[in-house]
Amino acid sequence: MALYSEKVMDHFLHPRNVGVIEDANAIGEVGNAKCGDIMKMYLKIEDDIVQDVKFETFGCGSAIASSSMATEMIKGKPLSEVKNLTNKAVTEALDGLPAHKIHCSVLAEEAIQSALEDYRRRQENGESAKKQ
Amino acid sequence: MKIYADHAATTAMSEAAIEAMTRCMREEYGNPSSLYRIGQEAKEMLEKAREEIASVIHAEPREICFTSGGSEADNQAIRSAALAGKKRGKNHIISTAFEHHAVLHTLDQLKAEGFEVTLLDVHENGVIRPEEAEAAIRPETCLVTVMYANNEIGTIQPIREIGEICRKHGVLFHTDAVQAAGPVPIDVQAENIDYLSASAHKFHGPKGVGFLYARKGVPLIPLINGGAQERGKRGGTENLPGIVGMAAALKETAAEREAENARLKELRDRLIAGLKEIPHSALNGDAEKRLPGNVSFCFEGIEGESLLLLLDEKGISASSGSACTSGSLDPSHVLLAIGRVHDVAHGSLRLTLGRENTREDVDYMIAAVKDVVAYLRSFSPVWRDLQSGKTAYIL
Repeated sequence: MALYSEKVMDHFLHPRNVGVIEDANAIGEVGNAKCGDIMKMYLKIEDDIVQDVKFETFGCGSAIASSSMATEMIKGKPLSEVKNLTNKAVTEALDGLPAHKIHCSVLAEEAIQSALEDYRRRQENGESAKKQ
Repeated sequence: MKIYADHAATTAMSEAAIEAMTRCMREEYGNPSSLYRIGQEAKEMLEKAREEIASVIHAEPREICFTSGGSEADNQAIRSAALAGKKRGKNHIISTAFEHHAVLHTLDQLKAEGFEVTLLDVHENGVIRPEEAEAAIRPETCLVTVMYANNEIGTIQPIREIGEICRKHGVLFHTDAVQAAGPVPIDVQAENIDYLSASAHKFHGPKGVGFLYARKGVPLIPLINGGAQERGKRGGTENLPGIVGMAAALKETAAEREAENARLKELRDRLIAGLKEIPHSALNGDAEKRLPGNVSFCFEGIEGESLLLLLDEKGISASSGSACTSGSLDPSHVLLAIGRVHDVAHGSLRLTLGRENTREDVDYMIAAVKDVVAYLRSFSPVWRDLQSGKTAYIL
């Protein structure tokens, strides 16, 4: 038996949405190098829809696959849907992860949530700037 | 291209071992403890294997006790010396921070039973200093246990010097020689070794069999109680095919050692030189005092498991000390012991060369590792921060 499902290997070997969005308006970074996993998500949100998303990940095969799958799951989706994305959904979409790798899918969820928070912060700052 | 570069994990069985075992299984099914002819023939085979193994390490046949492998041998040696020490009020053991878990976990258990353990510093080059071992010896020290060569970074320890120190102070000396038995010429007499552990599958023998050398007169207790096999030191009918295979493999390895080591060292140094060209990388462990086939590196900005998976895709079987390959959150205790910080230890790669590897393999591996490291760095946020100057390079 292989370590990972075919889905995980597909996303690990051919990761989708890899890279950086220079004019991203929502960026989330979670994890730390000490633990061996860092995920960074760049989102371009327009009209409450994730128009584009890219990621950079330092981590194991399942961390890279989880990032890739998560970006596919939120691309083109309205924020109302994106904010409800769970690590469970990412894991299921990957046809499962080994028990000790579940935290990789949690990181993917957290990276997206962190990007959404960044977006909200920017909106608030932007709006208060307009008022002034 | 298929390249097996994980000879420190296990090795392919030699034809000589397979032949010896097949013959043994077909023709010698007798129990060495039986008194009739086929039993005694099996016994003869067993004793011949014992003699062959003993002669390779300059021991006497009766000093060889067959076990299920290196871990059992480590457990038995340490337990035996500790129990004997305890009886004489000696409850202090000296070891190193980068031993195999078969040693470290046995020492943890002994600590829980009231022993004190001093772990010697292995320094940045992964080699202990004999004078520090001597300084750590106390009146209540009953055992010094230091591995012959490290399994991850391949560094060879000053065993002869430590043996001499232990003899001078009347302290028992054990060495886990699982990685060394085979490539390193061992002389238990000259090196003053009291106990030595070895495992057959590391030198092209079968899995599940090994031996413990225990010098005549040193304390030795059985871990497995049972019959009178192995002079009462290890109960259970002997794994005769395994033992015969181990002897054939060790004999062959010893005969080919000199030429093979010279060949491997050249390949090893070529591989090291090639991988050093990767920016922000570093060799782990001393460049000279290391096993002829061991190459261990850290690459900054990437993680080891993804590196291994991508090398596997290119047909290369390798190993890493990253946390993700161990199933724990911490990277290898060996890399931490030589002072590699977590961030860097996660990006480690071990390539261990052996009999089947060629210069062509080495050149292919250099190119493959360069490709994979560059690819993983291309989307690593850690690498981006290093490149932009946001964080400082460690390597």
